[in-house]
Amino acid sequence: MNTMTRIGLRAHAWQGFADGNWQQRVDVRDFIQKNYTPYSGDASFLAGASERTLALWHKLQVLLKEEHAKGVLDVSADRASSITAHDPGYIDRDNEIIVGLQTDAPLKRAIMPNGGLRMVQNGLTSYGFTINPQISEIWSRYRKSHNHGVFDVYSPDIMRARKSAIITGLPDAYGRGRIIGDYRRVALYGIDFLREDKKREFHELDEREFSEEIIRQREELTDQWHALDDLKQMAAKYGFDISLPAQNAREAVQWTYFAYLAAIKEQNGAAMSLGRVATFLDIYMQRDLDAGLIDESDAQELIDDLVIKLRIVRFLRTPEYDQLFSGDPTWVTEAIGGMGEDGRTLVTKNSFRFLHTLSNLGPAPEPNMTVLWSQDLPEGFKKFCADTSIRTSSLQYESDDLMRQFWGDDYAIACCVSAMRVGKQMQFFGARANLAKTLLYALNGGRDELSGDQVGPALAPIGGEVLDYDEVIARLEPMMAWLAGVYVKALNSIHYMHDKYCYERIEMALHDRDVLRTMACGIAGLSVVADSLSAIRYARVQPIRDESGLIRDFAIEGDYPAFGNDDDRVDSIASWLVETFMNYIRQQKPYRGALPTQSVLTITSNVVYGKKTGNTPDGRKKGDPFAPGANPMHGRDHKGALASMASVAKLPYKDALDGISYTFTIVPSALGGTESDRVDNLAGLLDGYFDQGGHHINVNVFDREMLLHAMDHPELYPQLTVRVSGYAVNFVRLSREQQLDVVNRTFHSAQ
Amino acid sequence: MQRIELDPDLAAAAATVEGWVHSTETGGAADGPGIRYVVFLSGCPLRCQFCHNPDTWHQTDGRLTTAADVLLDIARYQGFLHHGHGGVTLSGGEPLAQPTFTAALLHGCKSLGLHTALDTSGFAGRKVHAELLADVDLVLLDIKAFSEDSYHALTGAPLQPTLDFAELLAELKKPVWLRYVLVPGLTDRIDEIGALAAFAARLGNVERVDVLPFHKLGEHKWVGSERPYRLAEVAPPSDELLAQVRAIFRTQGLFTT
Repeated sequence: MNTMTRIGLRAHAWQGFADGNWQQRVDVRDFIQKNYTPYSGDASFLAGASERTLALWHKLQVLLKEEHAKGVLDVSADRASSITAHDPGYIDRDNEIIVGLQTDAPLKRAIMPNGGLRMVQNGLTSYGFTINPQISEIWSRYRKSHNHGVFDVYSPDIMRARKSAIITGLPDAYGRGRIIGDYRRVALYGIDFLREDKKREFHELDEREFSEEIIRQREELTDQWHALDDLKQMAAKYGFDISLPAQNAREAVQWTYFAYLAAIKEQNGAAMSLGRVATFLDIYMQRDLDAGLIDESDAQELIDDLVIKLRIVRFLRTPEYDQLFSGDPTWVTEAIGGMGEDGRTLVTKNSFRFLHTLSNLGPAPEPNMTVLWSQDLPEGFKKFCADTSIRTSSLQYESDDLMRQFWGDDYAIACCVSAMRVGKQMQFFGARANLAKTLLYALNGGRDELSGDQVGPALAPIGGEVLDYDEVIARLEPMMAWLAGVYVKALNSIHYMHDKYCYERIEMALHDRDVLRTMACGIAGLSVVADSLSAIRYARVQPIRDESGLIRDFAIEGDYPAFGNDDDRVDSIASWLVETFMNYIRQQKPYRGALPTQSVLTITSNVVYGKKTGNTPDGRKKGDPFAPGANPMHGRDHKGALASMASVAKLPYKDALDGISYTFTIVPSALGGTESDRVDNLAGLLDGYFDQGGHHINVNVFDREMLLHAMDHPELYPQLTVRVSGYAVNFVRLSREQQLDVVNRTFHSAQ
Repeated sequence: MQRIELDPDLAAAAATVEGWVHSTETGGAADGPGIRYVVFLSGCPLRCQFCHNPDTWHQTDGRLTTAADVLLDIARYQGFLHHGHGGVTLSGGEPLAQPTFTAALLHGCKSLGLHTALDTSGFAGRKVHAELLADVDLVLLDIKAFSEDSYHALTGAPLQPTLDFAELLAELKKPVWLRYVLVPGLTDRIDEIGALAAFAARLGNVERVDVLPFHKLGEHKWVGSERPYRLAEVAPPSDELLAQVRAIFRTQGLFTT
């Protein structure tokens, strides 16, 4: 095809769109802003699921049931996965309108040894599969993996911190994920345009001094355009030529999905977000609707079909990993709604259609639908969100008014709570450090409270019969400083090796060359430490030492203000902890010039962190779970929902730019007597919480009794979805311990 | 953050008014419209058999505080209450058992620009001051039964003051949400309910009727109380009975939930 024809075809694909800079260079935001149709109405336009959709969904149910019984349905253990490694796969070829699977069959998992051979081998063995010996040989003799590289450079202090679980969940044995390609680019521009653009970026560097950084960039850019070639080839196997832009709504959905599919064929990332595609795709839908080419039920069908695909994204992981993160998480996060910088809402009809899949297909944890909430969202959308939450408990909300100030109006959410400009920013995922254990190390002079081993620096342990607040703080600060140092050393090692051995070539091909990188650290156990310090300050806490002098328990006399009651005495301690640890992180030198950030987020790992942490001065017993994310400890927030929210909303976002997760559970009757009261009141609660400065909230609306019933009769609740910190899970797939943790949380109810 | 300080004059006045508060609940949605800050005052002259807050019967079940302290805390949630289209509800216990304190709280809430609701059994009848009622936007009126005999048997108190109070509110055209707790075997007499519904409709100011199914969530609070819990064997009303009772109110043209 010659250049003229190509330009002609591109113009044809873009017919009817408003002109803009986006036609000359890659600029999806510009395209959206110039072409989208804000929608301020209610949900009455929506269409139900078509019979075809339902038939496809039911067909899948059989396989899902089988998978649930076996843990893993099937694995393609014969080959290392890549964008082009597998032949096309279908659920039901004749009845799919959006196609593409990670391997050649639904729910058949791929193996991705670049992340780590050990993870692959353990995953396979645990579920009764065997690896192709050739793959073992290649990745142990000829090709190094990310995991291998990391352990080649780890230092003894990192190894000790890892072993004692003061730092846990590090992506050193699996893919780091959390990188969101701008998958929309493929639909808007087609592969050829994007490939040319990458060439341009490459040749811009031709005359530069060939420093290590420039050489690396050139190599990465080459990898990126090869990935684009592979993506084109993969689509061709499914019978689509994606060298040019999508011509209509169906192609736009398909092209976008192909781009995402390429990413999940090659990366077993901890979280593989979709990004922010709903409003982008709405432009195509609206164009086709206006032209009379499709009707509303066709439009809904496309989204339903896409969501079916997103619900069956699978990775092969080990049972230990799944135990840490509850079930089989993939974090296919889609950010929905929000406001534009010009004051128009970014809510479109397609924002509704995405949420409507929870009705058409029933509740589900994936895709991880995240509503970007603003006070200025149209009332109709606010009510639809609240109504969907009440019916499905499948949504999370994040403050667009807060994030827009930092990240503009075309950011998406990586994993759970991490905002990043789409295609312009990426993060180095850093799991989290255990702040509660850090406090115990501070008291014990760096010795681990469970093993007695010297893990941290051998500073003087605290003496005396009663803990003194100032003395404790004086020991906590250097221990936090030490932890920040070890932690960032580990993260630098991890991300250096991930870039080297497990580079996300297709995701980065869908980014600008010069991206902002963040080093996303995190903390767990915030409310445990805040309450512990509050107890030390306002009650009387006596340490109980064993014969070796190690503090193993505490005797607490008197009351203390607990986090979650809007009491500044303790809330200020919590904010101080966030700020102080962040400042110690900022003193480190992150790899590749990354901007250090942190999150207060645990997903369900609060259970495992708690398990590995001894008695704490707040009265929490050894092994008991922490509260999830930034939540107050279970049952200690006794002043009601608003006070609990107000405490969390005080935590400073500027010191936790990777997100602050809060999980809120309320019984339906406490939201009001009638259905419309409940919807209005939930929307009002969200407005109030975000107005106070809250960043994120998971909303669960159900009774404890129902959860208890579901524990005993899982077969009756196959789709029961529960929001945990930053994520939703299928309740019946949780371990019993995790189920109990959810059941034991504070349920806000009427007195 | 929207946080408004109390007006100094108001703060000074409220600082001198003391009262007994059992507890507060931020974020209630079951006691009046929208998201509400609920103050449970302690002390109640009634001893209802189905009471789900028997731990608030005596004033000393709560703690002594000042109206200014309570108002300062309420002011922290102004933003929430505004966004939630709610306000403040005084409940209990019985707020009208502490009329001066209650009046000070209501007045303070109004000067904070908040919607006010008063949850009461109406036992004080016509003795309630007009100034207090002027600061009330909505009364949640609990009528426990509708004949003197059954009312007395249930609560240990006479019904007439409650009816007088209801008439007073009607004269003042004060909006009322009527609340009726449906207890099988105790408050399920259809003729009595019919008469109550007719009475409520005649008042002309009843905006809504909440028929509340009896529940035993408060049973544990009876442990250690002065009286035995007599409803341990009573089951919550059936859905059919609940629907039947709601229909009685609805046929009188009353909005009923």
